[in-house]
Parts: sequence; structure tokens; C-alpha cells
Amino acid sequence: MSGMKQKSYIARNPALLKKGTPFIEVKLNYPLKRLFQRSFIYVALLIGAVSMIAPFLWMLSTSLKNPNDVLAFDKVWWKEWLPMSFVWQNYVKVWQMKTVPFAMFYLNSLFVSICITVGQVATSAMAAYAFARLSFPGRDKLFFGYLATMMIPGTVTMIPVFILLRHLGWIDTYKALILPGIFSAYGTFMLRQFFLTLPKDLEDAAKIDGCNYFRIFWHIIIPLSKPALATLTTFTFMGSWTTLMWPLIVVNTHTKYTLPVGLAYLQGVHNTDWTLLMAGSMMMILPILVVFLFNQRFFVEGIKLTGIKG
Amino acid sequence: MFNRMKDKTKEKIAAYIFLAPNLAGFLVFTSLPVLASLVLSFLQMDLLSGDCKFLGLGNYFNLMKDPYFLKYCWNTVYLMLSIPLSMAGSLLLAIALNQKLKGTVIFRTVYFLPTICSGVAIFMLWRLIYNANSGLLNIMIAQMGNFLGLKLVGPNWLTDEAWAKPAFIIMSVWQGIGGYNMILYLAALQGVPRELYDAAEVDGANSWQKFWNVTWPQISPTTFFIVIMSLIGGFQAGFDQAYIMTGGGPNGSTTTIIYYIYNNAFEWYRMGYAAAISWVLFLIIFMITLLKWRFYGRNIHYS
Repeated sequence: MSGMKQKSYIARNPALLKKGTPFIEVKLNYPLKRLFQRSFIYVALLIGAVSMIAPFLWMLSTSLKNPNDVLAFDKVWWKEWLPMSFVWQNYVKVWQMKTVPFAMFYLNSLFVSICITVGQVATSAMAAYAFARLSFPGRDKLFFGYLATMMIPGTVTMIPVFILLRHLGWIDTYKALILPGIFSAYGTFMLRQFFLTLPKDLEDAAKIDGCNYFRIFWHIIIPLSKPALATLTTFTFMGSWTTLMWPLIVVNTHTKYTLPVGLAYLQGVHNTDWTLLMAGSMMMILPILVVFLFNQRFFVEGIKLTGIKG
Repeated sequence: MFNRMKDKTKEKIAAYIFLAPNLAGFLVFTSLPVLASLVLSFLQMDLLSGDCKFLGLGNYFNLMKDPYFLKYCWNTVYLMLSIPLSMAGSLLLAIALNQKLKGTVIFRTVYFLPTICSGVAIFMLWRLIYNANSGLLNIMIAQMGNFLGLKLVGPNWLTDEAWAKPAFIIMSVWQGIGGYNMILYLAALQGVPRELYDAAEVDGANSWQKFWNVTWPQISPTTFFIVIMSLIGGFQAGFDQAYIMTGGGPNGSTTTIIYYIYNNAFEWYRMGYAAAISWVLFLIIFMITLLKWRFYGRNIHYS
């Protein structure tokens, strides 16, 4: 395949030569020029990659510094990048702060994110199956309604939902953190698009064998849709792991803070203790990094599924 | 015949059961709140004092006269300068990664990291990077100065009104350059038919001409899509970073529309006014979406 691409136009169309087409083959192989081009691209890519990574490395280095060293400006440039002392204690300190229950934030975030993710994937998949495969009156109108709400900014609904939760007395509860996050038009839309691409034969065969819709859904649709479900799972988890505004609005008690709100709170309490703040931040991005590095292809899939077909 | 009817009924019942949980949530947390929000925007509603009275379009008229609102709209638009910058970067990057060089996958992963790690942790990191005395950026500027034998002093990025917005733009470009847009561009580049380049080469086109006459028109649907999506995102952006890094300051220079909604609704409990702002925001986004619909299907072709 790649060999094909390197051949020139004429080499791939020998018929042109036979006809005596009057043009000269312009594309020559300039190995030197190619080498130069390639090394230029590599160098540019490397410089870019370094500037992408550098802030993270600095974050790591800061999180391991002695608190007094952070604010000291060092004339020797590489000392800025390497902590002169590896103060792992910073990480221990983050978990054991008396005023800021960091471990609690972490558990809250895990709990809330997992609940939202499981709930959203389950309800979206079920609704998407109904929209993609079952016929019922008003289906297309209802689906259009789902689509239409996707372009409404979250803030439009945020205010009435807040007032509603306040009336229900749910402010400052896990319910308020989790429930509004579970139902997603976006997830339903994405999975419906994917279900539509699945072949129908298996389902028809199962129907003839007397399978009901629930068994078809569980034993055929779900196993076939693992990549799409994994994509939605990843996106949803990452989204709820990093969301700041909603938890900020509905939760007041420190012990119910999720990690983003907790970090903001930590920043308020220990405003200048940068080693602590960076250690906390490292702990927050660690799960994201792990999820990302293991599920990378699902990101690309997800972007292609919803992005291009948009 | 009877059997078929029964099947149809069964299918309907199954459909409603499958739909029920999602639809219930959709009604309670999305569609009814949208209507409620529209009603709210016609009211003066203060959650603290419990005041509630009908204003008609009063909130909207006040909004048009509100100098803060206009300023924050301008901030939001200004900060969207990061869109063309990061798009240009994404395209360049996609072209570089499309050269079938070795190690492309590693580069793609590395460039994607800032996008994936967004959130409070990263904004806190950038708050430190922009720290005037001990931030990475000013240290590097000073070290560069030492190297050149000059005395360079970096600005007070986040506390100087003139530098706060550029600081946010730089950060957004760093975050967005290798992200979703780059992947969309990469996919678009891979979809350009090879024959077009061959034909251009036969006509004696150089690389630059090939880019402007083949690549650029061929990837224009993707460019259009990215512009639209970035605009929609851009109008709703700016809360998290401003909340963490500047608190909307200095002097309101990093407060965006969404931050103003947050302040009105959840700091000052002026629910009606906040709802009116969110409806204006919705109208802006709706118009951009109309633009998208208008141009889809014409000139824009997806394979």
C-alpha cells in the first residue's frame, strides 16, 4: 500500500507512456530533499511535543519540591525542572490534611462519576434501542425533540433544575449530584447512530426463534455494541470526573465535595502552598491519564462517530 | 392478522419500557426546565428574599442596557481569538502527522494529553505557570534574557488587565491544538483522493499550490464544521478557568457570559435575570446552528 503511494503517476499508469503522451515525468525522487523535509518535520513535531509535555513535567517536579523551593527563583535553569529533593511527603500530606478532607473528595468523585456513567450508559442504550429498532407512534417527533435539546446550553436548564431540587430539599445531597447527570440526549443520539449501523439479520433470526425484545437487546445488541458503549462510558466518566460548575452549585458541605470543587476549596485554604496544590492536581489527573492511555482508540472512534456525521 | 396486531402491540409496549427511564429524566431535567427557564426569564425572582413578580420583557431590556453584560459579551468574543489560532495549529499538526512518519501514534497521544487532562487540575497548574514571580513562563522569559544578555521581565499575566486575556488564549491554544480538531483534520486529510494530487502534479503544481487548490477546498467541510462547533463551544466557555485562575478578574476582564450567568443565579440569586441571559446565549447559539443547517448539504459533502 505504501509502496503504491511512492510510485509516480506515470509508473502507475503505464498506458500513458504507450500512447506516447507528450509530457515529461516531473516527479523525481530526491532522497536528499526528502531527508531534509522529514527531519524538519520531526524537529518541529518534537519541539511541539516538548511544549505539550513541559507543563506536566513541571507540575510533577513542583509537586515533589520543598515548599520553600517553589517560590525561589533559581538561576541555574535545569534546577527549575528537577526537584532538588524528592519530597514524597507532599503526597502523603495531601491525603492527611485536617482541614481539607481530600480522601473524601476522591471517594465522592469516584462514587458520583461511576453512578452517572453506569446510569447514563444504561438509560441511553435502552432509549437508543427503542429509537433505532422499535416502531411506536410519535417516535420520530420524540427523537427530533431529543436532537433539538442538544443545542440548548446547559445553563438554560441549570437554573430551573436547581430551583426544583431546592423545592424537593435535595440540595447538598448525592442525589442532586448524580440524578441530573444521568439522562443524556447526547448519549442516546450517539448510541442510536451506532445501533442503526448494526446488521439486522441476527435480530430477525432471533425473533423467529421466539426471542423477545429484552433478550435481543441484552444478548445481541449489547455485545455487538461494545466499542460504542466503551466510547460513551469513557466520555461520560471523564466528563463527570472533571465537571466543576454543577457540584459547585448543589453541594455546600465539604464532606460532599467532588474532587474539582474540593481542589478549588483546597486552593482557597492553602492558597500559596503550591507543592500541595500540585500534588492534589496530579492525583486528579492520574485516573484520567490511565483511562485515556488504555482507551485511546475509543476517543478516536467517538470523535469520528459523532463528529463527522454530526 | 390477529397475530400481527399482537406483535405490533408487543413492540409498542417494549418500546415504551425501553424509553421510560430516559424519557422520564429527559422530561424532568431537560425539556420541562427549558420551558420553566423561559417563564423565569420574564420574572423577577429573588431566591433569598422570595420576591417574585412578573416583568414581561423587563429582564431583556435591562440586559441590553447592562454595561457589565456587554463587557462580558466582548470578553467572550475576544477569548475566541484562540479558535483561529488553535485551528491553524491543528491543521499544521495534522498535515505533519499525515506524512506517514514513524512514531505518529506517539506524537498524537502526546499532543492529545492537554485536551484530555482539562479541568480544575490543569487550570491550577496554569495559574502557577502564569505566576508573576515564580511561574514557569516568567522564569523562562528571564532565563532567555540571561542567555541573550538582556534583562527580560515577564508581565503579571493574571493580575494585569492587559495580559489576562492573552494568557487565557495561550492556554486555550495549548489545550486545543492537538485535540478533537486535529483528529478531525487528520481524518479529512486521509480522505482526500490521491488522484487529485497526482493530477495537480501532472499540471506542475508545487506543494503550496497543491495545498491551496487541492487540500484546502477538499477539507473545507471539516473546517466549516470545526468553526461552527468551536463557536458554539466558545460562547459557552470560560467558566472553569476563570473561576480557578482569576475569579473573573482583574476588573472583570476574564468574566465570560457563562460566568455572569453563574454569578447572577448562584451568587446573587437573581434567577430571573440569569435565565434571561441564558436565553440570550441560547439565541446566539441557535443562530449559529441555523448557519450550520443552511450550509449543510450545499457545497459541503461528506463521504
